[in-house]
Amino acid sequence: MWLSPVKLHIPDGFLSTPVAIVGWVFALVFIAVAIRQTRDQLGDRQVPLMGILAAFIFAAQAINFPIAAGTSGHLLGGALAAILLGPWAATLIMTAVIAMQGLLFQDGGLLVMGWNILNMGVITAFVGIATYSFIRRLTGEGRRSHLAAAFTGAWLSVEVAALATALQLAVSGTSPIELGLPAMAGVHALIGIGEGVITVGALILLETTSSGVLREGESAPGRRGANVIAAGLLLALLVALFSPLASSHPDGLEFVAEQKGFLDLAVDPSYEILPDYTVPIISDPVLTTIVAVVLGTLLVFVVAWFVGRNTTRSEAAGD
Amino acid sequence: MHYNLTDQYRHQTSFLHGLDPRVKVITAVGYILAVSLTPEGAWWAFAFFFLVLCLAVYLSQLGIFFTIRRSFIALPFILAALSVPLITPGPVIWRIPGLNWAVSEPGLIRFLSILLRSWLAVQAAILLTAVTRFPNILWALESLKFPRVLVSTIGFMYRYLFVVADEVTQMVRARASRSARISGAPRRSVLWQGKVAGAMVGSLFLRALERSERVYAAMLSRGYDGCIRSLTRFQMRQRDWISLGLAGLLLIVPLGLGWMV
Amino acid sequence: MHHTIDVRDLTFTYPDGRVALRGVSLFVAPGEKVALVGPNGAGKSTLMLHLNGILKGQGEVRVCGTRIEEGSIGEIRAAVGLVFQDPDDQLFSATVFDDVAFGPLYMGLPEEDIRSRVQHALEAVELNDYGDRVCHHLSGGEKKRVAIATVLSMDPEILVLDEPTAGLDPRARRSLIHLLHDLPQTMLVSTHDIPMVAELFERTVVIDEGEIVFDGSTQSLMADRNLLAQHGMEIP
Repeated sequence: MWLSPVKLHIPDGFLSTPVAIVGWVFALVFIAVAIRQTRDQLGDRQVPLMGILAAFIFAAQAINFPIAAGTSGHLLGGALAAILLGPWAATLIMTAVIAMQGLLFQDGGLLVMGWNILNMGVITAFVGIATYSFIRRLTGEGRRSHLAAAFTGAWLSVEVAALATALQLAVSGTSPIELGLPAMAGVHALIGIGEGVITVGALILLETTSSGVLREGESAPGRRGANVIAAGLLLALLVALFSPLASSHPDGLEFVAEQKGFLDLAVDPSYEILPDYTVPIISDPVLTTIVAVVLGTLLVFVVAWFVGRNTTRSEAAGD
Repeated sequence: MHYNLTDQYRHQTSFLHGLDPRVKVITAVGYILAVSLTPEGAWWAFAFFFLVLCLAVYLSQLGIFFTIRRSFIALPFILAALSVPLITPGPVIWRIPGLNWAVSEPGLIRFLSILLRSWLAVQAAILLTAVTRFPNILWALESLKFPRVLVSTIGFMYRYLFVVADEVTQMVRARASRSARISGAPRRSVLWQGKVAGAMVGSLFLRALERSERVYAAMLSRGYDGCIRSLTRFQMRQRDWISLGLAGLLLIVPLGLGWMV
Repeated sequence: MHHTIDVRDLTFTYPDGRVALRGVSLFVAPGEKVALVGPNGAGKSTLMLHLNGILKGQGEVRVCGTRIEEGSIGEIRAAVGLVFQDPDDQLFSATVFDDVAFGPLYMGLPEEDIRSRVQHALEAVELNDYGDRVCHHLSGGEKKRVAIATVLSMDPEILVLDEPTAGLDPRARRSLIHLLHDLPQTMLVSTHDIPMVAELFERTVVIDEGEIVFDGSTQSLMADRNLLAQHGMEIP
């Protein structure tokens, strides 16, 4: 557990350069789509609204509440923003927040900012709203359902963001997946509770007021189509990253067991126990795998995007 | 997360301060990229990059320890890389006393390289914001063809950060003022505290929403039409081009050396 | 016909059903300076937002001789400078220069013109070297003056100000009163600041619950204690 940083802002140097650049490519794609979607959704209110709400998220991240000796719960905000405004507005807002944190306060690096944006902006927003919508569909329209779905969405958003971060660190060779993943998942399972509580608290306050402009992200037509595409792209992206790891560790379970044994027993030359262990460095076979999968994913995305556009057009026409 | 909201910009009339912000942004990013691409264990290259940084700090007239003092911000993330010296296979060069864990040479090399890259990169970023006013950094990004909507959004965020932060401070103080406890009475549960924090977030959201409506009205009143327009602020001068070229050389040379050796 | 405000029988209902203005009629002649007073919620701000087309009600609104409608909105907004109550709403750019330049920039003027207009506007409010300053570092009084400058740079014929002295300390207030006195534009100023009304404005309009209940000389208004009390005002 002590191998997990509490914050998800990755500084420069911790991700390998190819991984960082891939992150930027994907981030720019999502940002471009988010800009277009929010322009359709908001018209010329886009810039002042997104900007001031970004200031809100930034400031809201500073609000915390005491949990136990010394620790406190706080908000990242991607899930809340997505539930209130839709995932694309949330993406744009969180991108602005993360960009400022990196540029102005050096919280998070500049080269690795692509992944920071994807983890804390895109993943939190889409996982948050997808989980929320899914649970609501299961449990119905009531208030309890709404709050429970929001809590779960918020919690899961943080958890998946942490998992993604662990994956990126592993592929870069900074932190082996067997240690990083459980450590991140564990720590952020707790942090996610704080996220969930504050998200629900905010929604409870907001349910007494109805704002005409935004009501639970039920804003513009075409949103649904774009969501599915984005979710699909995200999943494809995560799979793309995970695949080289999967291939270089054929005997997963036994391997993890040995590792854990190593940690608990403080044994002599550690590497002798694991003769075939190789840290997933970006060596040639791994790099080509990543490149191939990434390119394939991009291709799928482009196709899906065109399909999605036609779908959303007809949805809008039918409204 | 607590940030010191005083501006990071430190005014001086130094050579670095006077350069075109686009040169500074490109150089800073180029520096981070170069450091990132430097292979593990290329200690001479890292040392050279450190000297380049020192030169830049000297040219900024901000004091030699300026960036070093602020560079520990990335430190907590080191936790993620702590296992590297222990996990990487290779000849053992040290054992941690007491625990008897083995540190391998390649592991140590990699770990130190990660540390150095991170340390140098963060200092470059610190220096950039110290010698360039944030609005000019944004202008440079827009000029370098970053998406205008995103850059303007960040600009609005920057402007209203302090306004919203003041509202937060007021709320937190109000919460503290009303958090008197009578001895003997039971403490309020964590869940209740969380709900209060959530309520603060909720009302902040409403205020932000309302303010954005008023700002939008003010923008419309002055002719805003949805297109983003801006004035030119800087023109590249000879010294800007020369500095850019020199910086490029200073980055490529050590990088090349690092790969050759 | 220029530099005039001509409102005829304006009625406005908010989406939630609240009737904010009931048949309001008002004429302000070129160069006149008129105070608009009344309790909170009376409709002062609502009326003002009609004067540059942000809100649209029933009835007719003409400024500078032009009716406010889709085609004329652009020139109306250049001719009518609306200064909002909270300067933080009005100062939305990174620096003072950017804010004052915003209006002329969106009027499509060439850069040289924009720069000289900014210069003149800042001089008019006596904040000559404030161009590089960051908005959130300014004092309340300075912000109000920059807010006025942001509108002056558009060279408006009419100024509409919403509670300009609210929240100012005595010194800043005095300085603002001087400024309002010196500006040549036709002016409509909503305020609770009765002493300022008595000092600066010969004519006062009282509005309450969406209706105009008095429109005449400030002097006679100040003498009518009953009327003042009825609409929630006091003389110090």
